Amino acid sequence: MQDTKETIRQFILVSQLAGEPPDSLRDNTPLQTSGILDSLATVGLVSFIEKHFGVELDVHDTSVERFDSIDDIAATIVRKRVASRA
Amino acid sequence: MASRNLADLLEASALRYPQRLAVVDSENLTLTYAELEKQSNALARFLSRHGVRRGDRVGIALPKGLPTVVSMFGTLKAGAAYVPIDISAPTERGRQILEECGISALIVDAASLALRPVSCGSVQVVVVGPPEGQTEGVPFHEVVAGESEREQIAPDGDDLAYIIYTSGSTGMPKGVMISHANALSFIDWCAETFAPTPDDRFSNHAPFHFDYSVLDLYLSIKHGATVYLISEDLARRPRDMVRFIARHRLTVWGSTPSALTMIVQFGELEASDTSSLRLVTFGGEVFPPRHLRALQRHWKSAEYFNLYGPTEITTACTFARIPSNVPENREAPYPIGFACAHCQTLVLDESGREVAERGEGLLYISGPSVFAGYWNRPAETSAAFLDRSGARWYNTGDIVRWDPAEGFTYVGRKDRMVKRRGYRIELGEIERALHLHAGVREAAVVAIPDADAGLRIVACVSCGNDRPSVVELKSFCATKVPTYMVPDRFVFQDKLPRTSSDKVDYQALGRVAEARGR
Repeated sequence: MQDTKETIRQFILVSQLAGEPPDSLRDNTPLQTSGILDSLATVGLVSFIEKHFGVELDVHDTSVERFDSIDDIAATIVRKRVASRA
Repeated sequence: MASRNLADLLEASALRYPQRLAVVDSENLTLTYAELEKQSNALARFLSRHGVRRGDRVGIALPKGLPTVVSMFGTLKAGAAYVPIDISAPTERGRQILEECGISALIVDAASLALRPVSCGSVQVVVVGPPEGQTEGVPFHEVVAGESEREQIAPDGDDLAYIIYTSGSTGMPKGVMISHANALSFIDWCAETFAPTPDDRFSNHAPFHFDYSVLDLYLSIKHGATVYLISEDLARRPRDMVRFIARHRLTVWGSTPSALTMIVQFGELEASDTSSLRLVTFGGEVFPPRHLRALQRHWKSAEYFNLYGPTEITTACTFARIPSNVPENREAPYPIGFACAHCQTLVLDESGREVAERGEGLLYISGPSVFAGYWNRPAETSAAFLDRSGARWYNTGDIVRWDPAEGFTYVGRKDRMVKRRGYRIELGEIERALHLHAGVREAAVVAIPDADAGLRIVACVSCGNDRPSVVELKSFCATKVPTYMVPDRFVFQDKLPRTSSDKVDYQALGRVAEARGR
């Protein structure tokens, strides 16, 4: 789980927050509702996650309620992986 | 029968096509014309019985869905104007809007009840999907199941149909008042130009607080066609939007170029059959030709139109037909084209003289779709108009160039209003938000052109010793302004450059932003 979170954090830091200290982006920092990720950046993150983690996210997986922090996103990825093995 | 108001469009189609689908949402829930007519009649009766009078305002703060459409028509049928609220924007901003325009009823979903204005004790609240045991407001589902005979209220053309709020340079959004006659004149032009039929299936991509949605909804309803609502969640998912188009065999698409660019880049267009599309309209910003070309490689069947117009003139006042085969060597964006038939245009130079061919000047619009004014802002309203040759001309603030072959080309603006993803943004509104942050000493915001994103909003700030992080500043902004106004980049400086008269030197800042705001 921690690895998953770090992978997401690194992707966001590099693609959106160049030069920012990594600890400013916490596991519970809002991403979409704070404007840190705009619509295009969110789509880019979804695409990265699908490729990197080998999961397919549907419309509900990426609703603001389930996709607004590194915590939420990591939980969604874990849930999708469990579901795909079941 | 000539329609006198927007509700007549629904009534006529409900008589003619009661069993056809009027609206389908992203979860496949549907309303037939008969159901939409019945539910909106019931809502109108309820509103009228509970103090909503002709000319009143009704706030609608809902995620996009069937109840939103019922609420819009229900409000119109009660003779009132609806005020659509962006529920993703900060609650405080929405509440200010509702207070400013003095609503007498609010239709809201349970999650957004905090929007209820504090000062309006008598506001009737209707709640969509209230949880068990909720005591505030009247449940929407009970209201729309009520008596559904049509109210004997028929709004006139001059009655307001809706008020849409746009960014204001003073920091407070301003309400653009659009009448039934304004909207009908635009819809009639669309009907002539796009020739819809009852078999058309329209997408509705734009949120209802963005007036591009007026085209999708009312044009579709006028013609007995079906409008497919793209929810906020679906709008974030280009691949799923493309599948949605294919599954429902949509025939008409309309959105900002930003949304289409996202579809081109991430929509997996090659995987879906979207050959049902016959018409694609876009507007609100410039569409870079290379993305448009990429789109046309997959959406081959459609005719393409670029629409231009501020909210004040009801969605669009000029249009350009775009070739379905944008040439490989085309780099310049397409022009905004020629005046729509219901609009007159005038281009004046700085001294108020009409400009000659290929000259540049400010674009003025007159005609039946031009708004009545800003809600409660007489000074800003009169400043927006020019009386000339017996007509009232709205000053768009947009500088254009006229060419007889291509029509108008958008050149830019002299003030500090910019457009991003189709939304109007007053840069001053962002600056005011930043100044509220305790760690910010000075803030100035500039927009710089960007080949991919259209433009980038860069905030230049000076702070004390303990500078806030970008994450902190972005998150803070998002509590004050909608997320589409949150700056893309922050540039930190010891102090901002000033001109000799001690004003912020925006030209110097623009150069700094170009160099460091990438």
